Amino acid sequence: MDNPGQMLSIKELADMLNVSQKTIRRHINSGKIKSVKLGGIHRISREEVSALLEVEEIIDEDLIKNSTEHVFPFPSKVPVGELKNKWSKHKGTINLVSPANKRNIDIIVVGTGLAGASASATLAELGYNVKAFCFQDSPRRAHSIAAQGGINASKNYQGDGDSDYRLFYDTIKGGDYRSREANVYRLAEVSANIIDQCVAQGVPFARDYGGLLDNRSFGGVLVSRTFYAKGQTGQQLLLGAYSALNRQINRGKVEMFSRHEMMDLVLVDGKARGIISRNLVSGKIERHGAHAVVIASGGYGNVFYLSTNAMGSNVTASWKIHKKGAFFANPCFTQIHPTCIPVSGDHQSKLTLMSESLRNDGRIWVPKKRDDAEKIRKKQLKPTEIPEDNRDYYLERRYPAFGNLVPRDVASRAAKERCDAGYGVNKTGQAVYLDFAAAIERYGQERAISTGQDKNNRELVKKLGKEIIKAKYGNLFQMYEKIVDENPYETPMQIFPAVHYTMGGVWVDYNLMTSIPGCFAIGEANFSDHGANRLGASALMQGLADGYFVLPYTIGDYLSNDIKTGPIKTDTSEFKEAESNVRAFIEKIMSNNSGKSVDYYHRKLGKIMWEKCGMSRNAKGLESAIKEIQELREEFYSDVFVPGQADNYNEELAKAGRVADFLELGELFAIDALERKESCGGHFREEYQTPEGEALRNDKEYTFVSCWEHMGKNKSPKLNKEELKFESVELKSRSYK
Amino acid sequence: MELKLKIWRQSNREEKGSIINYEVKNIEPDMSFLEMLDILNQGLIENGEEPVAFDHDCREGICGMCSLVINGAPHGPDKSTTTCQLHMRKFKSGDTIYIEPFRGTAFPVIKDLVVDRSAFDRIQQSGGYVSVSTSGNTVDANATPIPKPDADKAFSAAACIGCGACVAACKNSSAMLFVGAKVSQYSHLPQGQVEAKERVINMVKQMDKEGFGSCTNTGACEAHCPKGISLDNILNLNREYLKAKVIK
Repeated sequence: MDNPGQMLSIKELADMLNVSQKTIRRHINSGKIKSVKLGGIHRISREEVSALLEVEEIIDEDLIKNSTEHVFPFPSKVPVGELKNKWSKHKGTINLVSPANKRNIDIIVVGTGLAGASASATLAELGYNVKAFCFQDSPRRAHSIAAQGGINASKNYQGDGDSDYRLFYDTIKGGDYRSREANVYRLAEVSANIIDQCVAQGVPFARDYGGLLDNRSFGGVLVSRTFYAKGQTGQQLLLGAYSALNRQINRGKVEMFSRHEMMDLVLVDGKARGIISRNLVSGKIERHGAHAVVIASGGYGNVFYLSTNAMGSNVTASWKIHKKGAFFANPCFTQIHPTCIPVSGDHQSKLTLMSESLRNDGRIWVPKKRDDAEKIRKKQLKPTEIPEDNRDYYLERRYPAFGNLVPRDVASRAAKERCDAGYGVNKTGQAVYLDFAAAIERYGQERAISTGQDKNNRELVKKLGKEIIKAKYGNLFQMYEKIVDENPYETPMQIFPAVHYTMGGVWVDYNLMTSIPGCFAIGEANFSDHGANRLGASALMQGLADGYFVLPYTIGDYLSNDIKTGPIKTDTSEFKEAESNVRAFIEKIMSNNSGKSVDYYHRKLGKIMWEKCGMSRNAKGLESAIKEIQELREEFYSDVFVPGQADNYNEELAKAGRVADFLELGELFAIDALERKESCGGHFREEYQTPEGEALRNDKEYTFVSCWEHMGKNKSPKLNKEELKFESVELKSRSYK
Repeated sequence: MELKLKIWRQSNREEKGSIINYEVKNIEPDMSFLEMLDILNQGLIENGEEPVAFDHDCREGICGMCSLVINGAPHGPDKSTTTCQLHMRKFKSGDTIYIEPFRGTAFPVIKDLVVDRSAFDRIQQSGGYVSVSTSGNTVDANATPIPKPDADKAFSAAACIGCGACVAACKNSSAMLFVGAKVSQYSHLPQGQVEAKERVINMVKQMDKEGFGSCTNTGACEAHCPKGISLDNILNLNREYLKAKVIK
């Protein structure tokens, strides 16, 4: 303080309270704030400031005026002001819960992946009592663990011009301008902190020979900002969050419920006040009360049956809250990942991703001649026998600026285009090559030169190059070889797009609260940050940003009204009713003594989804998908057979509940895709494309978030629109050419 | 392919289990081992019987949820492979395959091939972390350079997926490789030094409390570990433990 007697100026007070100077002046004029004039300038004494802080909130009327302009039924609560100041201002002005009161507040977190585990750990550390739930046998198994390539952060350690703004801009552009600006900027802003946090926790990121952190580059961007731990980044980050969670379990601040499934959300007076869960070992139906419920249960890619998700990944928690009033946003925004191992037969139970990081060094191609492709499919020709001139490196051809590192949606569609045109390889014709021969040669030469060996010795160069590729991607190559039984160091990998990530999800406001008061959604479960397409290495970033750095603070804004509520009782009529609904569902689903298995219906649903709601969609297909899903759902309820008992370990029963929800979500997915009459990001409508076959966005009519409201059984869902306003970026057609 | 399966069935923790014989047909070499079990289960369900319960989730060898002792070997015959990544091309038509749960006093059977590995979680809870607050108000990630060899060693130890094959492979059902991997990860990093003593003492104490046996250096754990976690980690665990006990 540089003024005498510890007096504050209007500007200093405004900054301190995070309101405008105009607001302070208005309150001085009305006498609400007492000031003295020193040398013609208003000064406010420290005592006056303390009194102000204790007595009442200074209300920023400008802020209220701006945020009530929404026609949308639930305001997004995005703070006003300059983009880069929004988050710090918001954090400084929202209500907090004092440490003493946090002890009296219980929070339920469903899911223990990056978002759920980090949120549980941080909430517990702040002093809240946390109950965490996961369906797996340990929180460490959540599917975040399978993320391979890396995590983005705008550290600019490489000095290649990265910044918060650039990360923000890349994410907004990569998402095809269908995400909320303020949320994305916040994500970029906290990203650097995630890396600091994880290193402090002992996460073993890749380092260079100077002992500093290494980076790689990912699709859709022109800088190297991706931090990684070999091909196991998700595993290492999840184990970091798991260790933070374990520390809080040991302190008694988190109570962990493994092998538990959330069966329903309980509302009391319109607020989320608990859940009904099923113990997957004993079958016991349990009631859990809390002051807030956080859904961190991941995405819904398994609606396609075949996806890169884990077998147990499901939409149930998100779907249950949707049916209780939470809006479901942009369900049709699904990411089809370009580099997955192709389907090998009808028995297939899941698809395996090959990290996008491989596109740093691998070149994607198909034969230039259809005859060659035909011969390869019949195993009469090997890919290594096709000369350079007869190969079509179609990504490099179509998108010279980004080449093999175009965003995922673009790469996936380009692969489909080539395969549909008859150039696909593999016995199914549904695969393209990802070739490392050039990278092996390049790295080998570099190493030969730097170690003073003969760079013209081809065998040596190849050997050195393979060693470098092995150090970078060893585990991925090994995994590929196990599944496909081919050596990718010697012959190109075969890849094909597969369902991977869902950008759509539960609608949340800037505080990550859903349209149900007290119910929050974080990580992949919400819709907020990736728009219509997610860039690589951004899912880990979002999960940890939400869990470590956003939700733990924004949740206080809601919970500050709950400090006097006291423990949530579970012997009330609301809990009783929710429990009996769960029991009725189980009884109904187990009533058949014979019939088809749950998997039968799940596979059928997946087929409809992949064929009609997959990489490209059209109105006719979507209309028929809606009808087919409705029929399949009816068939499911009348014919499904779930063996075993309900009061015991019963995997089929658990699966039946999840598939029942997928059968409802699938329909909404198709409705949403039908309604969005444009192509953007992962949503490609055949009717809306440029003459060159690129996606044609319709900013004039579709710059909004589709927020679907459940209107009750057998009623059409209602579409609410949250208009997206772009103040800091100009909407451009996305070009990677 | 046609196969004869001899599978351990046990209805719950309390009841006695036994080996039951099954046969499966139309198995393709490209199928994974768990997809072969899916086919068996689909057949059982169609016949109105209860499917064989087994743990699995990611099916890409990283979550650590799948288990199974296949013909006497945890995760089956392939080296450095989880059960979910084992493919049927490793078997011949007409083979008989024994499928049993991971066994160990500290891993009670829940049902059929599903066992309770929560003892591993409790060991981690007793000290498998760095007590850093999650506020993000820490030093810059590059403030402390870590020599690449140390970072690589920490990474190799951290690659453990917590599946429990080491325990299932060990005659003594020892969890030393699992505990050693976690202790080693932190022992190679500067961030792990502050609590090094308490960590190793608490984790070993919890390991003993859970009923895991002692290590007699047979090396079976390393041989069956799907992630190639090295016996060096046990050496390192012993060294860290001695250091903690001897140096005050």
